[in-house]
Amino acid sequence: MKIKIDGISFDAPEYFTILDAARFLGLNIPTLCYHEGLSPGGNCRLCVVEIGKGDRTKLVTSCTYPVEEGLVVRTSSERVIKARKMTLELLIAQSPTSKVLQDLASKMGLKQVRFKPKWESCINCGLCVRMCEEQMKAKAIGFVNRGNKLEITTPFDMESEDCRKCGACMYICPVVTLRCHGAHPESVLCSGCYNSLQPTCTSNEDNYNCWMGLKNECGTCYNGESNENINENIK
Amino acid sequence: MYLSEVSTELESIVDASIKKHNKFLIAVLQDIQRHYNYLPEDAIKLVADKLEMPLRDIYGVASFYKAFSFNKKGKHIITACLGTACHVRGGPKIVDAITKELNIKPGETTKDMQFSLETAACLGCCAIGPIVVVDGVYFSNVKPTMVKKIIEQTKSGIEKTDIEKYKHIFPVKVSCPRCNHSLMNTEHLIDNYPCIHITVSFGRKHGWLRLSSLYGSYSIESEHEIPMDTELNCFCPHCHTELTSSFECPICGANMVPLMIRGGGTVHFCPRRGCKGHMLDV
Repeated sequence: MKIKIDGISFDAPEYFTILDAARFLGLNIPTLCYHEGLSPGGNCRLCVVEIGKGDRTKLVTSCTYPVEEGLVVRTSSERVIKARKMTLELLIAQSPTSKVLQDLASKMGLKQVRFKPKWESCINCGLCVRMCEEQMKAKAIGFVNRGNKLEITTPFDMESEDCRKCGACMYICPVVTLRCHGAHPESVLCSGCYNSLQPTCTSNEDNYNCWMGLKNECGTCYNGESNENINENIK
Repeated sequence: MYLSEVSTELESIVDASIKKHNKFLIAVLQDIQRHYNYLPEDAIKLVADKLEMPLRDIYGVASFYKAFSFNKKGKHIITACLGTACHVRGGPKIVDAITKELNIKPGETTKDMQFSLETAACLGCCAIGPIVVVDGVYFSNVKPTMVKKIIEQTKSGIEKTDIEKYKHIFPVKVSCPRCNHSLMNTEHLIDNYPCIHITVSFGRKHGWLRLSSLYGSYSIESEHEIPMDTELNCFCPHCHTELTSSFECPICGANMVPLMIRGGGTVHFCPRRGCKGHMLDV
């Protein structure tokens, strides 16, 4: 399968998804509901990428989209970034106390959340459901109802006979395991840890290698240097 | 095993349904819902045991579809249409009127377990809206003032409702779906309305059949006496095409006969004598 990701030609094996191919090439696509040990869910929509040529492009979740012959993928186009930021805004509005989400917001450079925060403790990412089914083989929890009433719970909201109380659902949950208490009541964003973060990028990264294509903007790839210096270095 | 003790009644219903529907979950749940008017907790657990599926999957499916309910429903179920067409014609006012009359909100049941109020997104007969359906009987062009009357009629037994007195069981005008010739016969009246005239054959007999044009009435006249449970072959008297479709009768499974409604839509009726299967598809 000959595909092209961010201008890089790559011969991907048939069983690869776009996310697999991108990770293989070292391109960073942010994910939330993706986990190596579980089947891809495509629930969180953070891993969207743009595929297709010219005017006929569309956004797909890279974790569920299998590679196909001649596929052209852009992992950090303007449209992709915009979609991801919007998705993250919605996720944070649902659950501002999640450290995982707040860290993602910092890395993506999210400046504002335009939605009314709900302060829920579930974002319906489905990680716990897949964990319970695929790794624990318990099938105790599942999605109930639909639309805006969708929730993850046990049948009849009662203690399930299938549940062994292994705690795997809590372990994998991106919201309740790591709590962030720094979320600002008004902006709903925290970015407390982000200010004390060490630079995570390597020195020889290029535009394709950068988080979300936000080179220089996210702030983690340089330490105290001004933007101008960075630009000069690249030139 | 989710359930240790099972009532024999429940078990027989579930067993029969599973056998009939070849272990298809939704069809089984529909059978239980039809029988009890809701899905009892024991029934869901029993289905999980019988189909060897995890309980959370069955609960997920049952909670996903609006057709299933976990709460006990009243004896009579009133469905008010709030689809776009019914909405602009005053559907919400009808719901308000019912709410006021019965003191229940949509989705609730009266304390005496007589009435449940539900709303539907579209019942597929927008031309005669706003629609209220009570126990499967369609009331068309409903106004808020008519709500009280409808509820009183339901209390006294909707089956007994005199068709002639009650004008809101509406007459339809139909034509052949193939040649579009009108099938209405104005010379012969059934239920005081022009009848639908088609030709039928069964066994070795061939003759005319006249049906009442009132939707919900089962009055017929025919040239030959038709024994009960005979499945008829119906034809258009103009183009002689056999009137049949791939739709199966929800009651007996025979192929339904389609008739075009003037003004749009199709009405299907079951060609088996004595079967009351029919549906309206607008």
